[in-house]
Parts: sequence; structure tokens; C-alpha cells
Amino acid sequence: MNAFWIILTGSLVATCCSLLGCYLILRRMAMVGDAISHAVLPGIVIAFLLTGSRDSVPMLIGAGLLGVLTTFLIEFFHRYARVQSDAAIGVTFTWLFAIGIILISVFAGQVDLDQDCVLYGEIAYVPLDLWITESGLSLGPRTVWTIGAVTILIILFIVVGYKELFLTAFDPGYAAAIGVSTTLWYYLLMTAVSLTTVASFESVGAILVVALLVAPPATAYLLTDKFKTMLVLSVLLGIVASFAGYYLAVWLDGSIAGAIATITGIEFMLAFLFSPSKGILIRKKLLHPVQH
Amino acid sequence: MKEFLEFFSFADANVRFVTLGSVLLAGSSAVVGCFTLLRKRALVGDAVAHAVLPGVCLAFILSGTKNPLILLIGAFITGWLSLILIDFITSRSRIKEDTAIGLVLSVFFGIGILLLTSIQHSGNAAQSGLDKFLFGKAASLVGEDLIVFSFVAILLLATTIVFYKELKLLCFDETYAKTIGYPVRGLELLLTTLTVLAVVVGIQAVGVVLMAAMLITPAAAARFWTDKLGVMLVFAAIIGAFSGLAGAFVSYTAPAMPTGPWIVLIVSMIAILSFAFAPNKGWVARIIRRRRNKKLILEENLLKLLYQLGESKQDYTTNRPLQELLAKRAFPAKEAKKGLARLSAQGYLEKKKSGWELTTQGIKRGRRVVRLHRLWELYLTQYLQLASDHVHEDAETIEHIITPELEQRLLEELNYPQLDPHSTHIPGVTKLIN
Repeated sequence: MNAFWIILTGSLVATCCSLLGCYLILRRMAMVGDAISHAVLPGIVIAFLLTGSRDSVPMLIGAGLLGVLTTFLIEFFHRYARVQSDAAIGVTFTWLFAIGIILISVFAGQVDLDQDCVLYGEIAYVPLDLWITESGLSLGPRTVWTIGAVTILIILFIVVGYKELFLTAFDPGYAAAIGVSTTLWYYLLMTAVSLTTVASFESVGAILVVALLVAPPATAYLLTDKFKTMLVLSVLLGIVASFAGYYLAVWLDGSIAGAIATITGIEFMLAFLFSPSKGILIRKKLLHPVQH
Repeated sequence: MKEFLEFFSFADANVRFVTLGSVLLAGSSAVVGCFTLLRKRALVGDAVAHAVLPGVCLAFILSGTKNPLILLIGAFITGWLSLILIDFITSRSRIKEDTAIGLVLSVFFGIGILLLTSIQHSGNAAQSGLDKFLFGKAASLVGEDLIVFSFVAILLLATTIVFYKELKLLCFDETYAKTIGYPVRGLELLLTTLTVLAVVVGIQAVGVVLMAAMLITPAAAARFWTDKLGVMLVFAAIIGAFSGLAGAFVSYTAPAMPTGPWIVLIVSMIAILSFAFAPNKGWVARIIRRRRNKKLILEENLLKLLYQLGESKQDYTTNRPLQELLAKRAFPAKEAKKGLARLSAQGYLEKKKSGWELTTQGIKRGRRVVRLHRLWELYLTQYLQLASDHVHEDAETIEHIITPELEQRLLEELNYPQLDPHSTHIPGVTKLIN
């Protein structure tokens, strides 16, 4: 039963991340996703200190706000202070992450988070934190409920805003011309990324969120030219990685989240080498028989 | 205060080690970071920092020891591999650089975490302390580490000095470097190697995640203070070293505090203050400059208008009230009033009962703006073949920018013209006979 809950959590995290990741990599904002995933840390700690619990709603809001603030800061440094964009990203997220770590050390007694957990999460402990109703009925792990709710939100967001998200990602000029606010959808997307990061934080940590944000969409990007197919494929790849990652971790007796990231890397490598249309080994073969 | 003196007397050997270590590490990575920043590849350092972890773990698994040299070699190999992979993925597929960086970074780190946790769970007693690579251990540097790291730090600085000219050209004009026969590939490889070395060493101080800050932040801050590469390198090194020192001091006074994050926090504050307040390039300086330019343009436009109004009757000393000016040109009334007051304080205008009057100085300056405007219009129609009704807007901007030297060049190019494209007289064009 534990295996089931862990794989379910992994798959839910993978679903949210892969969906949003598709937009991030097409907008060339993969590293902004990376930055947000690190920078929500102080938000999580502060929300924790204020509410005194891991109760998810304030935490989601607190850290979600910080994610949006990160995007604001990066934009601000880049646009108003003219810091070059990669440096703006690098300075912002390391700064906020450092604040987060310091806060954890200062309030070590009050905050039930340790530094390692911040980096790679503790998905193995997911089944231990059960949500038990007052009548004593067990509804399953708390985390599954949180991340499940976020997954539904993200899917709704993408279904409802599909046209706008698609347009602002591929043709911002046209989007603006027909009256779609690129800024609004940009910040909505970033809010969604922040929410996902926070919801996944406890289970997979800051850096493995990035693996799931970037690797499955990048793999899918090498396999298809259709955006809808890319969305579906990347979700499937993420879910496969959760399954395979779990068993790899059991076999090596290591971190499950680390193993999931490893598998997403292997998936990418396979697609990079053997993708029917874009794999570098296949493409070479295609080039030769064309001579008549 | 007592602690301050205790710390800075460096009587305690431990304090000496930690301080020297932090300063060397932070300083040397800041120098290398300048080059990666200028090549617009700042985030690559972040990828290397994460990619070092599996190398450290593999080196430990294969050798079974925690000898810093062996771990560093392992770290070096995977760090290097990660950079090669990023280049390979971006050049051989349609994956963009940012995606490739994010991908390599997180997957390598994932593999590292998998190996690290696997080692920890294996019950091997020798492994304790490997996880120090995650968050750094500046506060517990010992003599042996210090020898290795100081050696690498000095090597880094020496290489930078030896190859300074070549690296400079690589950053600013790669094509030119190629043309004059520099081994650009080799230099790129050298810079890659330096970056990896800096990361491998710096990780000891601040750990995997925050290493990126040690490369990017001091360089980004230094960039705001100077345009000279040499000065920038020195500034970055000083900023890095100062943060290292301050971080070591914090962890000395409060041992529970993590040194690495404090170093990063301090260096980030320096960077953010630089972004905001650096002279010339900072955000505030930029705002002030923009305000000043706006004022200057308004003043020149006022003088120009007064001059133009006088042109028809060749009478520049008529008093004109503000209303007359506003009727001719839509200035914001409040700003215009302030502008007129400033001009009269500077001696270009005089306030009379019935309005404003140009002084001799004012006539001269107003005439110059009008002249520049018409010269530029003529230049555009003659040299760019623009229609004469298309040149006004452009001249409206450039008339405030043209320097006396440029004015002279324009006069020569146009052969001291008397009429602009609208057949209006260009005032004050006289050929100097020499």
C-alpha cells in the first residue's frame, strides 16, 4: 500500500510539473522555473512560522506569493536596473534561497523542516502522514490530497486558458493584437508554477521539481511537433518515471525523488538518441538514402 | 565588540583557517565568474555546481576514502561532463540552452542524490560528512583541505593573469579572436576548466545550491561599477573576499549559523545595493539622468520656440507671455513655468512685465537648437533620401544630442548650407575662412 501512495504522489507531482514545464521550455523560461522552485523556500518557512503548522492552504498562499515576487524581482532587475537576464535570475534565486536556509537555522526549534528535505524531499514519508477524520476514518495521506487538489487546479487552468496560454507562448505579438494580456497570462502561469512547486516541495524538494518541470517536456519536445501531443506525452513520461524511479530507488536503497529524476534523464537520453524524427542516431540514417 | 576584536586578531588557528579558506574560495570564484557572466553564460555555473555531486559520490564509491583530492577529481570529471553535455544537446537538437541547463542540472543532481542516499543507507561509517557538499562546510575547514583549496585558488588566479588578454578577447569579440588566429576552441575549453575548478573548490564553502551565487553575484555587482575588465575583476574579487570574511565572522559569533548562506546573503545585498545605487549604471542614477535630460530638452524647446517666434520679424527681444508659448506648442503648463524660471535663473531669459524676453545668451542658445534641427533635416533628406515631411520628428530628438564637433562635421558635409529642406533659412551658418 505504501508503494501505491508514493507512486501516486510522484505521478501527481509529475503531471502538474510536466504540463506547466511544456509552457516554460517553449517560452525559454526553464531557468525561471528553476529559480522559482528555489525561491519559494523563505515563503514556506515564513508561512510555517506564522501558522505554526504544515497546514497546506496558508503555505500554498505564502509560498505562491513569493514565487510571483521572484518573477517580479527578476523582471525588475532586468528591466529597470539593466542586469543581464541570466545574472538577474542567478542573483535572485540564490539570495532568496540563502534567506530560506538562514531562517530554517534561526528557527530550527520551531520549524519542522531540515535542510536535506529542502533539497530532495521525503516522498518516502508521504504514507506516514495520514489524514484521519474526527470519526477515525482514514482518508489516506494528507500530501496526496494537497497535490491532488493542485493537480486538478492546474488541469482546469490549462483547459480553461488553453487558447490564451498557447497564444502568449507562441505568438505574443498576435496575442496582444487580439486583446489577450500577455502580462496577465505570464503572471498567471508563474503563479501556477509557484503553486506546483510549493505543493511538491515536501515530497520531492526544490531541485527535483526542476527535473520534472524540464526533463519530460524536453523529451516530449523531441518526439512530436504537435503541442497537444507534447502535453499528453510529457505527462505520460512523468508518470512512467515515477513508477520506474520508485523501483530503482528500492533496488538501490536510495532517495526516491533522486531516482525519479535519474529516470527522467534516461528518458531524455533515449529520445535524444533514438527519437524517430529528431534522434541524432536516426537522423543520420535518414540523411543518406535521399541520394537518387 | 569583544568578539570582533577576538576574531580579527586571528589568534585562534581555526579562525585563521576558516577566514583564509572563505576569502580564497569566494575571491577566486568571483574572478572566474566575471568571464562567464560577460559571455552571457552565468547560469552554466549553476549547472556545474549541481553536476559535481554525482562525481563526488562516485569517487567515494570507487575509492572508498574521503581524500579531498580524489573527491575533487571525481567532482571535476562530472562537472566538466555536464558542460560538454549542455553544449552537445543544444548544438545537436532543437532543445534551447536554458532547457538544456535545467535538464542537465536537475538530472545530474538527481543522480547525485540517489547515490548519496544509497551510500548513507549502506551503513559505511566512512561516509559521514559527504553530505557537507550539499550545504558547504566553510566553518569546519581544516588544514588539509585548506592546502588543496588554496593551491587550486592560486592556480585559478595565476591562469587568469597569464591568459588575461586572450580571455578578454574571447569575452568581447570572439569572431575577431578567431580571425587573428587565437585558438578559440582551446580558450573556451580553458574557461570551462577554470569554471569547473572554481565550482569544485567553491562548493566546499557554500555548497551545491548556492555555488551559483559565488560565481554570478560578485561579477554582476562589479559590472555596475566599471566598464574596464581589469577593474571589474579586482572589484569582483574584493566583493567576493569581503563576503567570505563577513560570512566567516558571522559563523564565528553565532556557531549555529550556516556560513555558506550568510556569505551568499551578504554578497547578494552588496549586489542589490549596487544595482540600485551604483553611479552611472545604477537604477537611481538612471532615473536621475532621465529626469535631467527631460528638463534639458524642455528648456531647449522653450528657447527654440522663443527664437522661432521672433524669426518672422527678426525681433528676438519681444516679451512673450506663457499663454502665447502654450498656444504655439503643447507644453505641460506647470513644467513649462518651472522651465522658464530655471532659464531665467541661468541667465537665458529675463522676466518682464508682459512676459519673457530672450537675453543675448538665450538668443545664441535658441539659435543653435534651431540650427541643429534644420541641419539635421537637411542631412536626412540629402543623405538618406527621406521626404522632407518625414524628417521633423527625428530632428526633434537629435537636436538636443548633437555635440559641437558633430555640428562642425555636419556643416562640412553639407557644405555650409543656408536653406533647410522646407526652404527656411538656417540661422548662424558662417563659413570660417582660414
